[in-house]
Amino acid sequence: MLYVVIVYLWAAILLYLLLGGADFGAGIIEFFTSRNNRGRTRRTMYQAIGPVWEANHMWLIITIVILFVGFPKIYATLSVYLHIPLTAMLLGIIARGTAFVFRNYDAVKDDMQKIYNRIFIYSSVITPFFLGIIAASTVSRNVDVTAQDFLPAYIFSWLNWFSVTVGLFTVCICGFLAAGYIIGETDSIEDRQFFARKAKWMIVSAVLCGALVFLASIKENVPLAEWVFGKAPGIFAIAAASLSLPFLWYGLTHGKAIIVRLLGGFEICMILFAVTYRHFPNIVLLKGGGHLSLIEHQGQEKAIVSLAWALLIGSLFILPALGYLMYSFEKKKPREA
Amino acid sequence: MDNFIAARSQMALSLGFHIIFACIGMVMPFFMAVAHYIWLKTGNEVYRDITKAWSKGVAIFFATGAVSGTVLSFELGLLWPKFMEHAGPIFGMPFSLEGTAFFIEAIALGFFLYGWNRFNRWFHWFTGVVVGVSGLVSGILVVAANAWMNSPAGFDYVNGQYLNIDPIKAMFNDAWFSQALHMCVAAFASTGFAVAGIHALMILRKSHVTFHKRAFRISAVFATVAALLQPLSGDISAKDVAKRQPAKLAAMEAHFKTEEKAALILGGIPDEKEKKVNYAIEIPGALSFLAHGNFHAEVTGLDRIPEENHPPVAVTHYAFQVMVGLGTVMMLISVLYYITIWKKKSWLEKRWLLKLFAIATPMGFIAVEAGWTVTEVGRQPWIIYGVMRTAHAVTPMPGIAYSFYIFTAVYISLSCIVAFLLYRQISMVGKLYDHSVETINAI
Repeated sequence: MLYVVIVYLWAAILLYLLLGGADFGAGIIEFFTSRNNRGRTRRTMYQAIGPVWEANHMWLIITIVILFVGFPKIYATLSVYLHIPLTAMLLGIIARGTAFVFRNYDAVKDDMQKIYNRIFIYSSVITPFFLGIIAASTVSRNVDVTAQDFLPAYIFSWLNWFSVTVGLFTVCICGFLAAGYIIGETDSIEDRQFFARKAKWMIVSAVLCGALVFLASIKENVPLAEWVFGKAPGIFAIAAASLSLPFLWYGLTHGKAIIVRLLGGFEICMILFAVTYRHFPNIVLLKGGGHLSLIEHQGQEKAIVSLAWALLIGSLFILPALGYLMYSFEKKKPREA
Repeated sequence: MDNFIAARSQMALSLGFHIIFACIGMVMPFFMAVAHYIWLKTGNEVYRDITKAWSKGVAIFFATGAVSGTVLSFELGLLWPKFMEHAGPIFGMPFSLEGTAFFIEAIALGFFLYGWNRFNRWFHWFTGVVVGVSGLVSGILVVAANAWMNSPAGFDYVNGQYLNIDPIKAMFNDAWFSQALHMCVAAFASTGFAVAGIHALMILRKSHVTFHKRAFRISAVFATVAALLQPLSGDISAKDVAKRQPAKLAAMEAHFKTEEKAALILGGIPDEKEKKVNYAIEIPGALSFLAHGNFHAEVTGLDRIPEENHPPVAVTHYAFQVMVGLGTVMMLISVLYYITIWKKKSWLEKRWLLKLFAIATPMGFIAVEAGWTVTEVGRQPWIIYGVMRTAHAVTPMPGIAYSFYIFTAVYISLSCIVAFLLYRQISMVGKLYDHSVETINAI
C-alpha cells in the first residue's frame, strides 16, 4: 500500500506541475506580453482555463495531505526549515487566486481591473518561482536540521544559486506549458501563431535556464549531473526529452495542438523523472549527508493503508468527473440562449 | 510579540477569516439550487436572475475560501510542526476524504458556473446541488478533524509515543457529531441571515423590490429554520462538552467552584484572580440542568482542575455569552417570522420586520466567530486535549510576529476588496440581473 501512496504523491506533483503550471503560465505569458496584446491573451486564457482552474490547484492540496498523513516527519521538517519560501508561495497563491476571480467577477469594469491584472501577473511569476526554490531546496543538501542560528537554519536552507536558478527554470516551464496549451484553445490562426511564438520563446529560455541550473549546481556542490546522467534511466529520460524537442518545435510551427500537448507533458514527465529517480526513496537530502526517506520515514502502517484507500476511492469519483469537465468545455460550444 | 502568541494569533486570524468564506461557500449553493429549481419548474425569469446573481457571489466567496483553505493546510505545519508530526497520520483521514470532496466541489462548480446553456437544464441544476452537498461534506470532515483535537481518539499514548493508530476511530471521535451538527446549522443560520439581511435592506431602499423580495424569501426560510434548530444542537453540544471537557464548560460559564445546583451565569465580568464573576445575573440550578439534564447535578468547576490546565476564562466566557446572546436574538426573530407567515400576513409589508432582518445581517457571523473562539480558546492550553500542549507544538522558527503582521494586512485587504465587490454586485443588480424591469418598460 505504501507504493500506492508514493505513486499518488508523484502523480499529484506531476499533475500540479502540468495543470497548475499551465495555470501559472497563463499569468507569466501575460507578463511577457506587450501591453497592446494583453487583452487578447487574457480573453483566450480565461476561456481556456476558467472552468478548470479551481480544480488545477487541488493537486497541491492532495500533495500536502499525502505528505502530512503518510510522511509526517518529512512534512514537519520541510515546514520548519522552508518556512519562508513556503510562506512566500502561499502569499502568491492567495494573491493570484483572488485576483483572478476578482477581475472576472467585478460587476463594474473600471480601473480596478488594472490593479487586479497587475497583482495577477506578478503573483503568477512569483509563485512558481518559489515553488521551484522549494523543490530545489529539498535536494540541495542545505537544509540543516542541526543549525541553531537563524541564517543557516531558515535562510541558507533555501537561498542559494542552485535553488534560484531552479526557480527561474520552473517559471519558464510554466510559461511554456500555458502557451502550448492555449494553442489548442483558440480558433484564430493569428492567435495560434502568437502563442506559438511565445511557447518557442519559453522553450529557449527554459533550455538556457536549464544550463544555468547545471552551472549553479556545480558551484553549490549539488551533484546534479551525476544524478541525471549517472545511470541509464536518467540518460534515457533526458535523451528522450531532448530528442522530442524538434518534434515539439515542429508542432508549434504548424499549430498542431495535440503534438504540442502530448510532447509538452512528456517533456515535463521526463525531467521530473530524471531528477527524482536517483535518490528515490529519499525525498529530502539534508546537510551532512542525512536524508528523509519515503520508506524509513513513512507513517504507521494503518495510516498509510487508510490513506491509500482514501486516495483510490477518491479517484473513482474525481477522475471521471474531471475528465468529463475538461472534455465538455473542450468540445461543447454554448448553445444560443 | 512573543513567538507563541504570534503563532496563535496567525492561526486564529486565518481560521477566523476562512470560516466565513467556507460557510458561505457551502450554504449558498443550496439557496441557488432552490431558486434555480423554481425557475426550471415555473419559468419565472426572476428566479433565474436570482440564481445568476447569487452564483457570482458564490464564485467570489468560493475562490477566496479555497485559497484561504489551501493556506491553512500549510499553516498547520508552518506554525505547529510538532503537532502535525504526531497528529497528521492519526487525524489525517478526514483530510484525505475532504480532499476528494473539495475536488468534486471545484469540478462541479466549474460545470455550474460555466454551464449555462451548454448542458441539459437538469444536469446543470444537478451540478449546482453537487457543489452544495460536497461543500457540506467537506465542512463536516474538517470539523471532524477539529473535533479530534477536542476529543482525541484512535491511538494509544504511551510514554510520549503515539501507538496503535486507528484513523477511522479517530475520525469518528466522540465530539465529531455534536460539533459538525452545530457548525453546519450555524453555517445555514449565519449565511441565511446575512443574505436575507442584505435583501431586506434593498427592499427597504425600494430598489428592484420584486427581485429582492423573492431572494429574501428563499434565504429567510433557510435562516429561520436553522436559527430555530440551533438551540437544540447547542444543547447537545453543551452536554457533550460537560462530559468530555469540564474545563471548557467551566470557562464558558466562568464557573469557578464545583457545586450542585450550579447557577447559570449570564453576562458579568469574570475576575480570574478572585475567582468570582462580578455584575452577573445568576439563575440557580440552570447550569446543572443544561449540562446534565438535572437541576441538582454537580457541575465541575475550575477549582477541580489544576491551575496550569485552565483555559483563559474571560475570553471564553465573553465569547460564549456573545454566541448564545446572538443565537437567542436570531431565534426570536425567526419565531416572529413564522408568526408573520402563518398568522399575520400583513406584517410582511411592514418596514419594522425588514428592519429587524437588516439589523441581524452580521449577527450570524459574529456568533460563528464567537463560537469558534469558545471551542478553540476553551481547549487551551492543549492543542490535543489532555495529550499535547499548544506551547510544545509551536515552530522553533523565531520572528513569526512578522508573518502574522503580513497575513493580517493581507486578510484585511482581502476582506475590504470582497466587501467592495459585493457592494458593486448588489448595486448592479438592476443592470446585470433583474430583467423584469426591462420587460415592464418594453410593455
